Amino acid sequence: MSVTGAYFDAATAAPLHPVAKQALLAALDDGWADPDRLYTQARRARQLLDAARELVAEILGVRPDEVSFTSSGTTAAHAAVLGGLAGRQRAGRGVVHSAIEHSAVLHAVQRHEAAGGHAVSVPVDRLGRLDLDAWRAAVRAPGVALAALISASHEVGTLQPVAEAAAACAEAGVPLYVDAAQSVGRVPLPEGWSLLSASARKWGGPAGVGILVVRKGVRWESPYPADEREAGRSPGTLNLPAIVAAAAALRAVVAEAEAEAARLRALVDRIRTTVAATVPDVEVVGHPTERLPHLVTFSCLYVDGEALLHALNRHGFAVSSGSSCTASTLRPSHVLEAMGVLTQGNIRVSLHRETTEEEVDRFLATLPGIVAELRAEAGVTGL
Amino acid sequence: MSEPAEVLDCRGQRCPLPVIALARRLPQLPEGAVLRVLADDPAAAVDIPAWCRMRGQEFVGRPAPDAYDVRRVAAPA
Repeated sequence: MSVTGAYFDAATAAPLHPVAKQALLAALDDGWADPDRLYTQARRARQLLDAARELVAEILGVRPDEVSFTSSGTTAAHAAVLGGLAGRQRAGRGVVHSAIEHSAVLHAVQRHEAAGGHAVSVPVDRLGRLDLDAWRAAVRAPGVALAALISASHEVGTLQPVAEAAAACAEAGVPLYVDAAQSVGRVPLPEGWSLLSASARKWGGPAGVGILVVRKGVRWESPYPADEREAGRSPGTLNLPAIVAAAAALRAVVAEAEAEAARLRALVDRIRTTVAATVPDVEVVGHPTERLPHLVTFSCLYVDGEALLHALNRHGFAVSSGSSCTASTLRPSHVLEAMGVLTQGNIRVSLHRETTEEEVDRFLATLPGIVAELRAEAGVTGL
Repeated sequence: MSEPAEVLDCRGQRCPLPVIALARRLPQLPEGAVLRVLADDPAAAVDIPAWCRMRGQEFVGRPAPDAYDVRRVAAPA
């Protein structure tokens, strides 16, 4: 029997918004030329690019010349970290970051360390919230050039105290970079940051479009070989049709964001409550209220994460997992590690505008049986 | 650090197996006894302390990088 698939991995990539698809098709006809040339076709492409940039800037509440498009959210995160550090070399070579940053940010930090820089990782509590006292002490230390804080955990959904962290950075004269990939298009953006990155596929735009924002007056120096495109901030030819589609999708999701957040929050609350009540020995992780509206994570004791992922997929549910062996690494998620919560049998469910209540209820009705079956197979019932 | 009453060698096993072995063996030891679990799966570093928290057992510490000491606190359910 085939089951209609329920896609619950919007935190990786949301399904393409219908508005994005329309805009993409139109821009493929209209926006294929190089916007930097001087002929008619190029001027049309330039108009489309400028309009997309103005739209994104308006939604993010920044100036258009502060916005650069990149080839992905990962690239934007790398550019924010490495460019932010390069621009402040005279202040020092230290970078402060939370322990729960996205791997793209951590990998850029590792590159900086390999080049002789130093990094301080600030811990989080069991709910995944930044230790603000440790953060304040870390950004005050001499030689800190940049601080990086994710707006909300991409793995457990906990919102971070960005405003308080930004105030500490401002006091210390350290620019703050915020990875807002999970927040843009879903929840209001925090204030007080100097650099920001986002990823279009998280809000229903196409893959391969990232956003880098560098506020006016923030020192940023390109970590790449010279390239004049995007004000020297993003080398290479842009995928203009995808950018046009990303901007159109962002406008559409922002218009419905408040209503969608309320709808999805209710479904996420239902998952949190029901899973805790119907699956024995489960740890629902992340902050119960200070959280993203669309994302929920839990871990099942004595269950192999990979086996759970495959069993759910066989039943038509696409989810992701922070357990070891479920990604490209044998280590469990560094976010779950930093929180000190169970990593085995871990499942992240992330919802989107096409998610229905019926899909969520079917998931909740199916999950306890799957977990019980896997535990019975492993002979761990009653432990 | 007190000497363990028993050592469970789970090296080479992937999580959740070391935690399962711990959950099977600990209730069979007398109250107050320490069980040392040897495990080289990186997930054990998080999951063994997390199991202790969920089951009300005492995580004593990590005497070596691949060793985890757990003390039996009370009769587990």
